[in-house]
Amino acid sequence: MSRRDLVPVGLLAIVLFVGSRLSARFLDAPYLLDTLNLYVEAGLLATGMTFVIVCGEIDLSVASTTVLVACVVSKFLGPETNPVVLVAMSVAIGSLLGLVNGALVTIGRVPSFLATLATMATYRGVAQAWLGPFSAKWPVMKGLDRAHLGNSPVPWPPVIWLLVAGAAGLVLHRTVFGRQVAAVGTNAIASRFSGLPVERTQLAVFALSGAMAGLAAVFLGSRLGVVRHDLGRGLELDAITAVVVGGTSILGGQGSMAGTVAALLLVAAAKTAMGVAGVKPEVQVTVVGVLLVLAVLAGNMAGLARRKAPTQA
Amino acid sequence: MTVLVVVAATARDPRFLSPQTLDSVLLWLPVLLVVALGQMPVIVTKGIDISVGSTVGLVAFSVGLIGKVNPSLPVPVLFASGLALGALLGSLNAVLVAIAKVPPVVTTIGTLTAFRGMAFLVAQGKQIDTNNVATALTDLGRNGVHLGPITVNWLLWLAFIPGALLAWVLARSAIGRTVYAVGGNPVAAALRGMDVKRILFSVYIWSGACAGLAGVLYLGRYGFVSAASAGVNLELNAIAAVVVGGVPVSGGSGSVLGVLAGCVLLAVVNVGLSVLGIAADWQLLAYGAVVMAALLVDAVGRRAKESSVVAA
Amino acid sequence: MLRTLIVAGAIVGILAAGCGPAPADKPTSETPGGAGSKLRIVFVPKSAGNPYFAEVSKGLEKAAKELGATVETQAPTTADATSQVTTIKDAVQRGCDLLVISANAPDTLNDVLDEARKKGVTVVTVDSDITGNETHRDASVLPVDQEKVGPALVESLASLTGSEGEFAILSAATDAPNQNKWIAGMKETLKNPKYSKLKLVDTVYGDDEMQKSTTEMEALLTKYPNLRAVVSPTSVGMGAAAQVLETSGRYPGGPKANGTGIVLTGLATPNQLKKAVEKGVVTKFHLWSPAEMGEIAAHLGSMLHSKKVTADVGKTFDVPGMGTKTFVDKGVVYVGPLTTFDKSNIANFDF
Repeated sequence: MSRRDLVPVGLLAIVLFVGSRLSARFLDAPYLLDTLNLYVEAGLLATGMTFVIVCGEIDLSVASTTVLVACVVSKFLGPETNPVVLVAMSVAIGSLLGLVNGALVTIGRVPSFLATLATMATYRGVAQAWLGPFSAKWPVMKGLDRAHLGNSPVPWPPVIWLLVAGAAGLVLHRTVFGRQVAAVGTNAIASRFSGLPVERTQLAVFALSGAMAGLAAVFLGSRLGVVRHDLGRGLELDAITAVVVGGTSILGGQGSMAGTVAALLLVAAAKTAMGVAGVKPEVQVTVVGVLLVLAVLAGNMAGLARRKAPTQA
Repeated sequence: MTVLVVVAATARDPRFLSPQTLDSVLLWLPVLLVVALGQMPVIVTKGIDISVGSTVGLVAFSVGLIGKVNPSLPVPVLFASGLALGALLGSLNAVLVAIAKVPPVVTTIGTLTAFRGMAFLVAQGKQIDTNNVATALTDLGRNGVHLGPITVNWLLWLAFIPGALLAWVLARSAIGRTVYAVGGNPVAAALRGMDVKRILFSVYIWSGACAGLAGVLYLGRYGFVSAASAGVNLELNAIAAVVVGGVPVSGGSGSVLGVLAGCVLLAVVNVGLSVLGIAADWQLLAYGAVVMAALLVDAVGRRAKESSVVAA
Repeated sequence: MLRTLIVAGAIVGILAAGCGPAPADKPTSETPGGAGSKLRIVFVPKSAGNPYFAEVSKGLEKAAKELGATVETQAPTTADATSQVTTIKDAVQRGCDLLVISANAPDTLNDVLDEARKKGVTVVTVDSDITGNETHRDASVLPVDQEKVGPALVESLASLTGSEGEFAILSAATDAPNQNKWIAGMKETLKNPKYSKLKLVDTVYGDDEMQKSTTEMEALLTKYPNLRAVVSPTSVGMGAAAQVLETSGRYPGGPKANGTGIVLTGLATPNQLKKAVEKGVVTKFHLWSPAEMGEIAAHLGSMLHSKKVTADVGKTFDVPGMGTKTFVDKGVVYVGPLTTFDKSNIANFDF
């Protein structure tokens, strides 16, 4: 962990402290672990989003991708399914939807915020047109219905998320691909001149983000047992907030997976602390929105982010 | 494209081509048009303002509340307060984007939720009902200039004011030229001594002020505001209208008439979906598809132009 | 470092500003009914900013005063299927004895409700039940006898139109179970030969959104030039429809009525239609009392929680000031008959 990662960790400690002062019922390990289940989807989306943002792009369509994958999978697979097939299919469809985003950005040269804004509406639109107002049953994964790790109160989904994030962190920080992503995010034109496969890298990060959204669909579906077109609205906000608060530069080029994980835990803790303290949900979302802007603002003001043309998104 | 949609819709159901439908379209236009007019210069400078839907909701509710508490206030005062509040909210985006250099998409996603949250806080679980809204304001949507069987409502005339203003500024003034220059190439614009920061600042305030005006128009049109649903997804429609209207996403150009055409198309599509009885569940997809199509046309057009430049 | 300070300051500030001490943490001063502590009621409506549910809250608060209980309303920001899950979990952790909820979707809350009930929370649904999953809650308080709404609406329509002409229905969302039940009830009632000249030409959906409902209503006027009436069993729909009739001047006696004009009736909260009724655009419409629904839910929930009553078919219980209520099938209780609002009484209501 670098010094930058200590920022969200420190904040997490503060939130836990403040939360415990606000309500005596906040610091309760089984409850907090159980609540963490609710943030696994956002966590996976943030993991993929870290790559996208380090690459200098953004993916607003992640929540819609998750919903569309969930709808497609529950329509095509039977009531009981081999978990391997289920996960593989979800991840594959997610990657495909991510590739569409990537193609719009690389081949169509549409700025990513517009391209993914359009797919955000389109993907959810397809899900809604297809399922209509009804729910679809999520297939039961045979043999994988144990919710907890052994006899401990530790639930499985967050553990899996942490493993995935750990692997993704290794890819981002320790591999050639990871360095390419950062290089393209720092300066795409210079990367092109130095012979890096810029388009392929961009395609790959969008596919990766889509794959994570597909995996998130598995957890969302299993948690609820049914899927509908209106699930997970606003998840992209949680994911982007986690990435940016975690110290990844919104302008691309540098980022930290550990920071994203810590920041997601921070968002989860802050929302849960507010929820337990009886803060109205409408105040909670406002806080997350403000937190996002403040994190970027603070980063810029402290001069941590490198200077770039102000108009680039 | 609009003509095509109208012809197709009429072919499916001849009742589509009626004065009643036209009135619906004309009533549907004002709010969207004003928001899109606000969005246009932002997109010309390669930015985006996603917060406008929430701005419309917050302003509509706040102005509704002002009118409810002081029923004797004249309508121009309501419009002025809407404009002022919108500009104030826009200036928050402006400060973050132009001065603090936070990327527009992050800024306005953040303020999208923050403004919506504020609307909830202002509303306190209440809504603005028709009996809270001055009749003089709601009458703006009911009356207008009669042209044969159709009525061009006053709200639309009001919406033309920022349109004319924007068209004039962009075409005739130094500010307009700077907006296009900043959108075309910010670095070059700065090197030529243009105040890029001031231009960026202005376009976000403009967008906020337009959304504020749209909020009052919304109030006049519907006479009913719910903090949860007023203006939701409007940003998507406005961005769609701008992009469909031929403003290239690469910035630097675009015309007000194009935006007007884009808004008319979206209004026709929207009214058409209802008249033709297309299920509500398909509407989000329809919007998404329209934006996607516009982006693709834009992309293909750009590639064609680039390759012809290379060939020359 | 600056970044840390700013963000930390912001979080602490916002957290501190946004929340006083939670009601559950306040010392309990009175202990009525011999119970150990105050009954803690948490109400989770479909979404924030809806005055209909604010009325339900009022009813809950009134009953809570009588019961010596506390009430807290926690509304999710969007009316989607998952938004209520987090809200419920947090409420249960904070401390809650009676959960009163209006479900956004019938089948996504099963797990979280089971969890809450395992921890001793009594769950009562109001207004919208979790149809098909009734075993996951203790009881349900619904507006009116669902079977009676359809016939009542047709009766209202018949009295306004002289039982003659084309009419259309402007509903809310396509999946709203209440709406669909009532529409089915209306269709059933129309089979009565008495209504043979009333013809239902279309049913459209405005999603309880002003813009959408308005567009749908305008489309109805375009599609059916001979339209005689519109029935809208939802507040936003009726508000939008009244607005459209007024704008187009096609209400009875309006400038473009072309003879009899188009009459509008349905179910709506009175505030929204006060102006329309005063102007004569709308003659009459109906609704039950959402406040009474809240009152009954609180009293019933408290009795269920202390096991003074069980939710079996035919069992009865008394609600102070409202008489005896009877459980029908699957733990459902109905609030009471419809109230009719017209020029003579609408000024007396404020919600």
